[in-house]
This record gives sequence, structure tokens and C-alpha cells, in this order.
Amino acid sequence: MGRTLAEKVWDDHVVRRAEGEPDLLFIDLHLLHEVTSPQAFDGLRKSGRRVRRLDLTIATEDHNTPTLDIDKPIADPVSRVQLETLRKNCADFGVRLHPLGDVEQGVVHVVGPQLGLTQPGTTVVCGDSHTSTHGAFGALAFGIGTSQVEHVLATQTLPLAPFRTMAVTVEGELPPDVTAKDLILAIIARIGTGGGQGYVIEYRGPAIEKLSMEARMTICNMSIEAGARAGMIAPDRTTFDYLRDRPHAPQGEEWDAAVAYWETLRTDEDAVFDHEVVIDAAELAPFVTWGTNPGQGAPLSASVPDPASFADPSERYAAEKALEYMALEPGRPLREVAVDTVFVGSCTNGRIEDLRSAAAVLRGRSVAEGVRMLVVPGSVRVSLQAVEEGLDKVFTEAGAEWRHAGCSMCLGMNPDQLAPGERAASTSNRNFEGRQGKGGRTHLVSPQVAAATAVLGHLASPADLSDVPALVEA
Amino acid sequence: MEAFTTHTGRAVPLRRSNVDTDQIIPAHWLKKVTRDGFEDGLFEAWRRDPEFVLNRPERQGATVLVAGPDFGTGSSREHAVWALQNYGFKAVISSRFADIFRGNSLKNGLLTVVLEQEIVDALQQLTERDPAAAITVDLVAREVRAEGVTAPFELDENSRWRLLNGLDDISITLRNEADIAAYESARPAFKPRTTLV
Ligand code: SF4
Repeated sequence: MGRTLAEKVWDDHVVRRAEGEPDLLFIDLHLLHEVTSPQAFDGLRKSGRRVRRLDLTIATEDHNTPTLDIDKPIADPVSRVQLETLRKNCADFGVRLHPLGDVEQGVVHVVGPQLGLTQPGTTVVCGDSHTSTHGAFGALAFGIGTSQVEHVLATQTLPLAPFRTMAVTVEGELPPDVTAKDLILAIIARIGTGGGQGYVIEYRGPAIEKLSMEARMTICNMSIEAGARAGMIAPDRTTFDYLRDRPHAPQGEEWDAAVAYWETLRTDEDAVFDHEVVIDAAELAPFVTWGTNPGQGAPLSASVPDPASFADPSERYAAEKALEYMALEPGRPLREVAVDTVFVGSCTNGRIEDLRSAAAVLRGRSVAEGVRMLVVPGSVRVSLQAVEEGLDKVFTEAGAEWRHAGCSMCLGMNPDQLAPGERAASTSNRNFEGRQGKGGRTHLVSPQVAAATAVLGHLASPADLSDVPALVEA
Repeated sequence: MEAFTTHTGRAVPLRRSNVDTDQIIPAHWLKKVTRDGFEDGLFEAWRRDPEFVLNRPERQGATVLVAGPDFGTGSSREHAVWALQNYGFKAVISSRFADIFRGNSLKNGLLTVVLEQEIVDALQQLTERDPAAAITVDLVAREVRAEGVTAPFELDENSRWRLLNGLDDISITLRNEADIAAYESARPAFKPRTTLV
């Protein structure tokens, strides 16, 4: 019988298989950041072990880094200690590190792909749940705990129980105003935040094949919000073109050998998935969340749902709680929900295409009175590229704040946070209670919706801007 | 991980049930970046009371904790185990442990021993009467011994084997070094490397 993409990549990494034991898998790439690595390094030190494969390990700083005044000492002592610890650990063990201020620094899941380190058919791990992002290249990529981080540092392997496989097939074509973010929010709303539990999801079908690499990363990034262990997309021309000439992409004959292998990484015709979901792309529209988990979303044109309309009692209860926290009443059109803050950034939507599409909406327009808009590139490279294209000017002229690269307002671990009761439209991936700051309220949106929302001051899509003329630049 | 074969030491009787991991190590300690240095956080709230058993001079240097039932409930934090070990405990005896805490303890080489409540009571009375009384936890013989007490205990064979040999997950994997090396040498040259050439 044929095998799925996920099964092929798995099989190619089995170091040891024995009856009654989990398979021992080889790890091709281990990404590190400051939050989940300190105890792992400490464990190595205590047992007198070294990092087995420095050439497969790389670290950057992202969660705790400020996005303003990056040349000044970090004010928060806890953040400072975490960063200093990573620097010491990397120096002691010889791990390549891109610290704050370095040109390759950025959100770990933006850095790996842009360096060309994330490649088809590899196994990628990181002590971070959004490692699923890297699956966009046809890699088997997943988040791990601190004990597992230590295990990979010491052995470059992990004992793993097998996954189940799920296919999410997106038929047809996405309407022009619908982005990858809208698609993944709609998928999560459909299968639920627990719907992917235990599965590796493979996204496939014509609408997926048409997506750019960066859009594919947005999709795979949020697989974890559906509870999935990982998300994957089969590598194709788009993937190869994106990788070619990146700093760590194979060169010359090795490139040819790599492509020959990558081309085998497709689910066989006769392979069987444990579960299948089919979505019609043509039916989709810009999508936003109204609740406190990423599955609580609806088309922008809809209204806040009535919890009583949920048949499942636990969903009904969750919706009641969510509306209470979000201070929303059933029946309110989502377009009438006013926001205080707009955040464009994160490993979901902090890449150059995301900034371009937000800038295209903002160009010649301005951020509404009383609204704060933060634009935070996912990495220093993305930032440099945006500056080269003049996007930073578009943002600042519109009244938005242009910041240094990092996780920023995606999570309340650095100075960029919502104040209690503040409401944000955010291109990040989690709308959990307090995620963006204690008491903060989050609506997950695409970069286009974020930009339109900033202009109008309430949740909106670019289509709503027709009556706000863009000032054509001279 | 250090191997555990047999250990003899003085004990601390902790006559409380349902000691959760928040009491073992409060949440604000979780910001620490190391696996050691948690000893001062162990039972932090209770230790503010000079009469708390851990603060008594006769208990200094004790290495066996004889606890009440349902020890280690609540949050899954591995830090609770680290705190007990950092303080110097080698074994904890109770009639019932929370599952996750037990799993974490055995993973880290802290032996958690389950004994009948009457035997736990007897051990607590013994050490309260005579703080110098020694308790032996013998993993080879699967037995706890003290003056007037000889009690067998159960532990699954796999956990016992790992503890006796001091094998953590990493050590077990490293026993397959030959497999890892063989895999590495067969890896295609086009696979990515983080080092710049
Ligand atoms: S951007 Fe957000 S989701 Fe991504 S790694 Fe940083 S904190 Fe995590």
C-alpha cells in the first residue's frame, strides 16, 4: 500500500525500530530560543554531555526581546536573565546564535526558512509549539518540551510514538480577497481546536498548490491551533524556487540530488489517510475570531453568535465565557466591533508578503484617530527588505509604529502588551485570555483585514474602504 | 542521572495529606533558568514558620521524606522534583502519589516508594520519636527497612532497571550509539547544516 508524505518522511528518519518500543527518529534541524532551552543546557552540563551535532543546531532570541531601544540594556530583569543565559549557553557549548542586534536575528520560525535551513523531507524540532510552520516545506516539524530539547541536544534523536494522518483538501480557488490566514481560521473553525489531536495534517488540493511559500507557512503555523502535532504541504516548484540560492540551500550537484529526492515526497495515489476533510475554497470569505480560542471564528460579514445556538453544551459554555471576557453581545455585527490596537507581525504573518499586503491597503490612507498600530517584522532580514521597498515609510506615514523584529505583541512576554480591557485586531495566532497582555482582548485577522481595521477603527476588510479614498502619491 | 541501588538516611516526617506541587515549589520559582538552586523554594510558604519540621535542627541533613497520602498533586511542573532533589532528598515515601509527579520523580532519579498507610504511620512515629533513626530504602531487594519495620514495595521492572542503572531517557538512547552513528554516516550530503562553509 502507498504511503502518505508524513509517513515517507518518518520512515526516512528511523534510526532504530524495535518491538514494543517507540521508533527512534533522527532530527535534521534543532532550533533554539531563550525560553525553553536553559534547563536543557543545564542538564547537559550536569551530566557532562556535549551538543552532539552543532552543525544541526542554531539559536536566536525572540520572545523576550524588546522592539524599541534595542541598543539599551533590557529593562525587565527576568527577560534579561533569560537572554544572557542563552548567550552563555551558546558560547559554552559552541552553538551558533543570532542575538538581538544581529542581522539574522528574528522569530525562530521566520529565521529557519529564510536561511534555507528548513528543507523538504527533513525533521525539524524546537521547544516551541509553532514549529509546525516549517511543515510548509514538506518537513516533519513539531514542538517539543524542555526534557526533549535536552534529549535532542545530547543525541540528535527523539523516541516518538507514531502519529495518525489527516488530509485537509482545499478544492477550487480562493476568492481574490481571501488569504491563507482566512483559510486556516476557517479550517480551525470547521474541525475545532481539538480536531487535529494526534494527527499530522497534510494540506493539499488545488487551492493549496497555488499558495506562495509564505502563505503556506501561515497555514502550517496554525496547525497547532487545531490541536495537530504538525502540518505539512508537499514540496513542489514553488518550494524549490523559494529555496534556491538561500544561504544554506544545497549547491551544484547536491542541489540536483536534493531536488530528485524532494520530488519523491508526495503522498502516493493509493495511500490512505486516517481522516479526511474537504473544504471548498470558493465559499470562503475574510474570517475573524470573536472568542478566546482560535476555533471561535466567523466570516467578517457575520455577527457575534448566540451561545444558545451551540448544540454542544461544552461549546455553549465556552462561548458564554468567551463573550463575557471579550465584552461582546450576541447579534452584534462583527464589522461594528471597534478596536484600540492593531498588531501586524508574528511567525504567522510577519513575513515580507504580509507586510506588503498590509502596506498595499494602508498606502495613502491613515490609521484612525485613537487607534494604535504596531508593525513588527518577523526578522531583521524581513525588516531590511521592507525598508528597501519603502514599506516602513508607508506604515509610518499612515501613523503606524514601525518596530524592530521579534515576537512582540504576539505574547505578553516583552514590553509590547495590551492594557487590561484593550481590544486588538492581531495577525498573530492565539486569542487566549491574557495572551497579548493581562485582560487584553484579541481578534485574530489577516494582514489585509488588520490594515483595513486600522483605517476604519473597527473590524473591516479592504472592500469596506471604497468610501475612504486612498490619496494617490504624487 | 545517578543510579539508585540502596539508600540509608535520616527522615523528615511530613504529616500532611494532599501536598500539591504549588506547595512544594511556588509558581514564581518557575522563572528560573536552571534545574538547580530550587532548594530555598522547597515548601517556601511553610518554611516561614520556624517550627515547620524542615526547619528543626534535628532534621538537618535528612534525606528521606515520609509524606502523607496524595503527595504531589496539581500542576505538572517538573520543578517540584528538582526542588526536593536540590534540597537533598533521595527518596519520598507515601501511601499514594499523584501520577504525573510520580512519573517526573522516576524520570529524574528521585525514588518514590508506595507503602501501606499503616507502615507510613509507623515510620513517621519512629522518626518523630527518634530523629536519628535511620531508614533504608533498598531498591535491589525492593524493601524499606527501619527499626521494627521491614516492608516490601512494588515498582515496575522497567523503572527499576532504569533507576538501578542510573539511566535517564538520554542514557537509554545513547546505548543505541551504534545505530545513531550508522544513520549519520548514511545521511545524504545535501541535508542542511547550520554551520557556514
Ligand atoms: S511569534 Fe508568537 S507564536 Fe511565534 S514563536 Fe513568537 S511568541 Fe510564539
